[in-house]
Amino acid sequence: MGRAAVFALALLAAMPAWAGPPRRVVSINLCTDQLAMLLAEPGQLISVSDLATDPLASSMIEEARAYPANRGGAEQVFLMHPDLVLAGSYTSQASVALLRDLGVRVVQVAPVDSLAGVSEQIRVIAEALGRAEAGEALVRDFEAGLAALARDLPPATAALYYPNGYTTGKGTLADDVLAYTNFGNVGATAGVTGGGTLPMERLIMADPDVIVTSAPYPGASRSEEILTHPALTELRARAGVVATTDADWICGTPHILRAVAAMRAARDGLEAGE
Amino acid sequence: MRLLASLASLVVLLFAASLMIGPAGLGFGESLAALFRGEGGPVALVMQQIRLPRAILGLLAGAALGLSGAAMQGFLRNPLAEPGLIGVSSSAALGAVIALQTGLAAAFALALPLAALAGAAGACLLILLMAGPRGGALALILAGIAISALAGAATSLVLNLSPNPFAAAEIVYWMMGSLADRSMTHVWLAAPFILAGGAALFTLGRGLDALTLGEDAAESLGMNLRRMRLVLIFGTAAGVGASVAVAGAIGFVGLVVPHLLRPLTGARPSRLLPAAALGGAAVLLAADIATRLIAPERDLKLGVLTAIIGAPFFLHLIWRMRRVEA
Repeated sequence: MGRAAVFALALLAAMPAWAGPPRRVVSINLCTDQLAMLLAEPGQLISVSDLATDPLASSMIEEARAYPANRGGAEQVFLMHPDLVLAGSYTSQASVALLRDLGVRVVQVAPVDSLAGVSEQIRVIAEALGRAEAGEALVRDFEAGLAALARDLPPATAALYYPNGYTTGKGTLADDVLAYTNFGNVGATAGVTGGGTLPMERLIMADPDVIVTSAPYPGASRSEEILTHPALTELRARAGVVATTDADWICGTPHILRAVAAMRAARDGLEAGE
Repeated sequence: MRLLASLASLVVLLFAASLMIGPAGLGFGESLAALFRGEGGPVALVMQQIRLPRAILGLLAGAALGLSGAAMQGFLRNPLAEPGLIGVSSSAALGAVIALQTGLAAAFALALPLAALAGAAGACLLILLMAGPRGGALALILAGIAISALAGAATSLVLNLSPNPFAAAEIVYWMMGSLADRSMTHVWLAAPFILAGGAALFTLGRGLDALTLGEDAAESLGMNLRRMRLVLIFGTAAGVGASVAVAGAIGFVGLVVPHLLRPLTGARPSRLLPAAALGGAAVLLAADIATRLIAPERDLKLGVLTAIIGAPFFLHLIWRMRRVEA
């Protein structure tokens, strides 16, 4: 957030009322891609990022195939003659700066770090697209879906474990998904805020009820080998509940509901097993 | 004998320390008991599945590196011969990376150490061809630089082309080595090759002693140099190849350890070989303990530590050789 957001807001405010909603929108960020596809009018969105068709990153690969892909470079994006570019606050800083210099309106959004933030993000993108009503409808559906998944259960523990022993702790969307489904996050308890590494020894000693790992990429890597380490396999077998993070976990879009539902099922499975 | 006994007790001590030190901060008695306990419990898991394989691999890889360094230096009668410096380790890494990225290692587990062995053997062969008995230290090192550079570049290329986004970030692991989060599976993959290679290199002792008198003298004493060369290639390739396949390329152990121990063994290669194996194990175990003490959550690379100690030593050796030659 910070200066970029203030600048985006200032641009929004400076827009003359008669300008109307943008007609040529290009998204260069995986998460804005998906929100824009959900919210835009037919024909309004002209390109999404190439990540939107990556099955390991995107929840909307089928929809994304209908749009020309961009790689986020300023030259490519500028030649699409957009009147609005949607970007993340951390991605392609140089491209964003260049596009602004060239007079293109850019709206940047920060990564969503809580379930409550999803509704907020939907509204920001809907506003930028001039689709406030569609935004409100999506927010209503999302919040109803979320409420339907709420339950009151005694807390269990879960660990999010990714290649290289990476975990996500306090202040992340994944942590909030765990909290919402009555899981205490081992990473957060171990003192990790945001993302960080958790040595496997400490993970094993924390003895979580469920270990949530990421789906492996094609090809081999030593980084991912840690997810099939015998010690981890044994710990997971003991819990009897297997959960995997996938594309649905990455972005603060209504697709996060599928992640919440998966963890809800894992939590219920744990309850049934005990 | 006293030297071997004290080196052996040092290795035992460091092996035990390696088992006792880790981020989980377990108690001494508790962890020792968990090591031998049968089933279950997080402490037993940590001790048996995480720390034990790490310590065993440190011991084996260190021994393989120290031993092959001593054997190579003896055979080539060149103090700069070392698997890391002359490109054997990086060629082994290339073999391992190819086996992993082609999916060969996933289909057939032994393909990983075998491919690393093939890479290491290829580099050994090339080095012996380029800088054989008559080539001096300069030819050896230059050939080694070329082979290292080529193997390193090819390894980077293979990892960069991998569909796995993590693979490219692992170039540093393959070039610097690490024992973090290895499992018993890796021990079972590497141990047979390291032990076989070590056994082969130990048979060279008498021949290497004879070689100190020169090639002609050695042959007149009944040594078959051609056979010795084959044993050296197999032994080094198996030991270094298998270590690199599971722990990455770790440099300088094979250079520093034989040098430190040579004066203590009366400059007799047959006595240096076992001492260098024990010394290599001690150095690698100590380096691995240091990575855990200095920055436990950062996965410091082993090769970084061995190079920080080894490279100045290497420079010192070159300085000394220059003065001798001048």
